[in-house]
Amino acid sequence: MAKRSIVPFGPQHPVLPEPVHLDLVLEDETVVEAVPSIGFVHRGLEKLVEIKDFKEYVYIAERVCGICSFGHGMGYCQSVEHIMGVEPPRRANYLRTIWMEMSRVHSHLLWLGLLADAMGFESLFMESWRLREKILDMFDLTTGGRVIFSVNCIGGVLKDMDSGMLKAISDTIDEMEKELRPIAEAFLRDYTVGVRLRGLGVLKPEQAILAGAVGPMLRSCGIAYDARKLGYAAYNELEFEPVTASDGDSYARCEVRIQEIYQSFALIRQAISKIPEGPIRVPVKGNPNGEYFMRIEQPRGEAIYYVKANGTKFLDRFRLRTPTTSNIPPMLELMKGCQLADVPLLILTIDPCISCTER
Amino acid sequence: MEYLNTIEPITMEQFLPMVIQFKMDGWRLVQICACRLPEQYELSYSFAKGFDMRTLRLTVGEDEPVSSITQVYPCAFIQENEVAELFGVKIESMENDYHHKLYRIARDTPFKEKG
Repeated sequence: MAKRSIVPFGPQHPVLPEPVHLDLVLEDETVVEAVPSIGFVHRGLEKLVEIKDFKEYVYIAERVCGICSFGHGMGYCQSVEHIMGVEPPRRANYLRTIWMEMSRVHSHLLWLGLLADAMGFESLFMESWRLREKILDMFDLTTGGRVIFSVNCIGGVLKDMDSGMLKAISDTIDEMEKELRPIAEAFLRDYTVGVRLRGLGVLKPEQAILAGAVGPMLRSCGIAYDARKLGYAAYNELEFEPVTASDGDSYARCEVRIQEIYQSFALIRQAISKIPEGPIRVPVKGNPNGEYFMRIEQPRGEAIYYVKANGTKFLDRFRLRTPTTSNIPPMLELMKGCQLADVPLLILTIDPCISCTER
Repeated sequence: MEYLNTIEPITMEQFLPMVIQFKMDGWRLVQICACRLPEQYELSYSFAKGFDMRTLRLTVGEDEPVSSITQVYPCAFIQENEVAELFGVKIESMENDYHHKLYRIARDTPFKEKG
């Protein structure tokens, strides 16, 4: 047996925008085990639900993470709405769907940029993030905020989009779709990118299920599970099929995320064409009493929101099982047998969100 | 279409046999959640198959040990360590037990006390 050594990775590392630590057990340069540590910036946000009014807590749920902000607000609101028997207006459901899909585009473009940066492909990184700016501008136009825009409330949404805004979104995604094509071509056809990603971190379908993988990580193994098919918000009125790939490697994970950007453009177009007129929220009276597990498909995968209410304005428990929490065990599994030099890319290909994990 | 989303209270004796049955029937583990009750913990284990989700609800005393399910679902270790480190739930026979070193936090079991 080769001599074993332990290399600490993180919590500060050039490819990690957020702190996470791994103790990598190596034999020569081959990883035989990875031991994680998290919690460096744990904020205890779930605990705040015990001392904050359940309506005010929406603002805290949205601040769990910048990239997944809208989805966290929506997931929390939908859980409380289910307990209270509140049905948001159809227009609110469509608006939520549009913002959710814009958030998915935002998240995947951010990830593509980080991946390019980790590979040293700086121009591709800049192109990906340049394109991402356009979706942030659309958030700004429709909500007044670029990252955390606080438009969810229990019973619907706080802001509406007029026809001019919907037209601007439609025009912007048409432009973005054209501009995405050469960027996608570089990720999917470039020789060097292919060499770095193909065959790296292969996850087999049965292994993915056993390890608890979710989102693009799961779908890249050929498993067509996408929580949007549960039909929350307006997804039950839109036509789409989960994007899958079959190889289960880092390239497949990249491919799924790129195709999901195109899918989000199509879903936004459908939602804009079908959005009904009407109110954007309903009044909510009283306090929730009961419990519910809500599932939604965040850009990084399935997230689970648990709310337990006791009939007062303070909830007993709010629990958020983030996609990254679920994707850490498969990531650790993938590292066994990989080379030390591939560790940064493998961490990136699960699209980790430490901010969500440190909720 | 409405999918299954149930919470089923169970006893400690039923717990492991039911988890094993879920595994044999092809359900995947999706989450483990702890909730503080006066001198007790409420543990929820959710499993999904397709779009159906079933949650097993176990209520345990404050110092009562709970068997780990990592022998059946190896991926449970991350959420079992979380429940042990944030709430102080005593999980027994856990594979990959990090002994309160997964979360690098300043306080022990910060979610144990209410409020």
